[in-house]
Amino acid sequence: MSFLQNARKLLQQNIREYGMYIALLVIMAIFTITTDGIFISSRNIVNLVNQTGYIAVLAVGMTLVIVIRHIDLSVGFLGGFLGAVAAIAMVQWHLPVYVAIPLTLVLGILAGIITAFLVAQMKIPAFVATLAGWLIYRGAILVVTESTGTIIIPDKTFNAIGNGFIPDFANIGILPGVHKLTLIIGLIGIALLIIGEINSRRKKQAYNFEVLPMEMFVIKLVFISALIGGITWLLAGYQGLSWTAVVVLIVVLIYNFITTQTVLGRHIYAVGGNPEAAQLSGINVKKITYIVFGSMGMLSALAGILFASRLQSATTTAGSLWELDAIAAAFIGGVSPAGGIGKVTGSIIGALVMLSLTSGMNLMGIGISYQYMARGAVLAAAVIFDVATRNRAH
Amino acid sequence: MNTPILEMKNITKEFPGVKALNNVSFQVAEGEIHGLVGENGAGKSTLMKVLSGVYPHGEYAGDIVFGGRVQNFRGINDSEKAGIAIIYQELALVPEMTVYENIFLGHEIKSGFLIDWNETIKRAGEMLKRVKLNINLAEKVKNLGVGKRQLVEIAKALSKDVKLLILDEPTAALNEDDSENLLDLLRDLKKHGVTSVLISHKLKEVIEIADSVTVLRDGQTICTLDAEKEEVSENVLIKHMVGREINNIYPKRENRQLGEIVLSVENWSAYDPALGKNILKNINFHVKKGEIVGFAGLMGSGRTELALSIFGNPDGYNISGEISMLGSKKRFNHPQDAIRAGLAYVTEDRKGDGLILIQDVRQNITLANLKEIANRGVINDNSEVKVANEYRVSLNIKTPTVEQKVSNLSGGNQQKVSLGKWLFVKPSLLILDEPTRGIDVGAKYEIYTIMTRLVEQGMSIIMISSELPEILGMSDRVYVVSAGKIAGELAIQEATQEKIMHLATNY
Repeated sequence: MSFLQNARKLLQQNIREYGMYIALLVIMAIFTITTDGIFISSRNIVNLVNQTGYIAVLAVGMTLVIVIRHIDLSVGFLGGFLGAVAAIAMVQWHLPVYVAIPLTLVLGILAGIITAFLVAQMKIPAFVATLAGWLIYRGAILVVTESTGTIIIPDKTFNAIGNGFIPDFANIGILPGVHKLTLIIGLIGIALLIIGEINSRRKKQAYNFEVLPMEMFVIKLVFISALIGGITWLLAGYQGLSWTAVVVLIVVLIYNFITTQTVLGRHIYAVGGNPEAAQLSGINVKKITYIVFGSMGMLSALAGILFASRLQSATTTAGSLWELDAIAAAFIGGVSPAGGIGKVTGSIIGALVMLSLTSGMNLMGIGISYQYMARGAVLAAAVIFDVATRNRAH
Repeated sequence: MNTPILEMKNITKEFPGVKALNNVSFQVAEGEIHGLVGENGAGKSTLMKVLSGVYPHGEYAGDIVFGGRVQNFRGINDSEKAGIAIIYQELALVPEMTVYENIFLGHEIKSGFLIDWNETIKRAGEMLKRVKLNINLAEKVKNLGVGKRQLVEIAKALSKDVKLLILDEPTAALNEDDSENLLDLLRDLKKHGVTSVLISHKLKEVIEIADSVTVLRDGQTICTLDAEKEEVSENVLIKHMVGREINNIYPKRENRQLGEIVLSVENWSAYDPALGKNILKNINFHVKKGEIVGFAGLMGSGRTELALSIFGNPDGYNISGEISMLGSKKRFNHPQDAIRAGLAYVTEDRKGDGLILIQDVRQNITLANLKEIANRGVINDNSEVKVANEYRVSLNIKTPTVEQKVSNLSGGNQQKVSLGKWLFVKPSLLILDEPTRGIDVGAKYEIYTIMTRLVEQGMSIIMISSELPEILGMSDRVYVVSAGKIAGELAIQEATQEKIMHLATNY
């Protein structure tokens, strides 16, 4: 087969997965042109990543919730509320940050377990149960911020999560003005990725599974390496990797590992693919529901912490519309509304698409009203594309 | 042959990597009952999907001539308008709606903008008379048995002035009485000028009722037999379907040696809170090592419920009674407990609660026993592929690779995947619920051979089946279930179809 035929076949078979990446690149390219390059500047990309943080974290959790055929509308205000709780824990209860953060995460897990109890035990549809949560946590934010209004957080460590950057080596003379630790992390990442891909290709060949033709495989590796390398270079050119980016990376790595490599992950997708069959296969569907909503609660707490840290304060409006951004990110990222299908990494791309749109349109000075419309149109387009390509794959 | 009402000429339909139909021609004469038979995967369903417009014009090559005109159906609506109605294995009624609402769903009788309910009810009543169904029109469909639902579905087709009625495995889920009833109805409709195509694995039925029979094999038309002129017997049809003669479809067993009692169930009763009634009453039975125990009975007699209540009771019945395995008492609160104790349950409805259709062969096979291929919760890809390939080979699952999605496999191969999944939990007792429903003769033979091999190796099997020949051909011992009770136990030597039916219908 010729090179072009190969390329076309590859694109056709994987159009859904590659489509997302292509869309993200196109959106970024358009904004780079319309903003005379400001969009792709190191400073803006760093800001973009930091702004995506809390939505990306929520989108990861939401992916699993939607995969098991549920939804969680309460994550936004739960996050906002727990952000305020973290602030109160440090400001009013004088707890150290190392206690306040784990405490908040545990509260998040508890909140998720309550949702799971309503959904799994009481058999209340998740839409209704979490709508109730949405209202309750909205009220709870107002209650805890009633007397003080916005709570200013003075703790430097806490605020660094949303605003700080990882340290660099002492200036050793080479590459001045470039964040060297960030570069090294990026290079290690690329190396691990290439080794992993080569290993997995070898394994597949050993089983006579279909693998990419060699030249396509190389192009794919070069493409992904260039992408990571490019982003690393941009980040390193400013102040390096932010702590927010580190948090998001860790969350994605852990969840990607769980969903693709572990028994737990397989059980989650089985429950989403066919709950009755999963049950009869000895999978405890209730337990899976508890785990998934518990994880969603924990990630909501994490999102609340990221947001409060970024603003260095807990506000009365924190959390509004986060849930919808997270759900939109998951759907743009290819999660199937029917359950059983969806990747954590896809949802991260979805979150980046949503935030790139906001950031780019802000830079262009487009009004908020049109921004909402544009984001709605992109969401609709993404899902239409997803459905169309899914049907053809059958 | 009379003038054809339907002519499908040189139909070719390709899927990525597979030619599902290869130059198929299919002719149905006006006013006849035409049988369409073939193994699973032979292309029957695909051909009907082409005909009904599910695969629209342009996605296949060839011509469809219906009622004298070349038709380019772009969807089911088009084919229905032309007078073609297909009744699928999976019925398409809305359970929460009443019978009359269902009959006119999608083509409601209106006066002005509103639905004319009086006329609807009157016309629905007429339709039910035509299918000889005597039920309350205002009954919700969910309260009807499978047989009655099927008749409602046919009534719905008749209400649309159907000219060609296509039935895809209509009797697969019916008991003997309901099946006979349905065949009578087809004869009656024929008298009133309705042409029917009957797709069925039950060759006896086809032979009994069809005026002519078309056989498909591997996506090609093998032959069309005219019942008046040629011999149409089971042997002839099977020969054409599989390309070889199967003399005895029940394999011989080498050493029929039964061991100790593996499972015994005593005073087993169950109450279903959802239905508000006792579904199982004081059931006692046992299974020995190396034994195939048949559970015969009518649909709804409680055989599946019995299996589920033993297999960890996932539907939450209130249960009393005792289970012992190899002499020690057991309690199973969840299917997981039952699996750990060495039970496996291959469900009746492989698409509904057996397999995860959107996942691949490999993932389905390992699902119930992931710990076997995982180390501290992390799945070992290599072991997983190895295991899946072992079952692919030993069960002869026809798939390009184990990474193929299960939804792309034929019914028989899906059933083998289901079987492989449960063999991988390495059970000592395998419960098979309707193991050969809706699968073709060739695959049936393979399943029987596998069952024989398993019991020879010392496994025990409970086989729930509505097909009496299968019960008689495979079992060592037969329990007959009727209305939630064991109506009788028969040694295989004394069991006959008549005795079983007598017990099964004796409430």
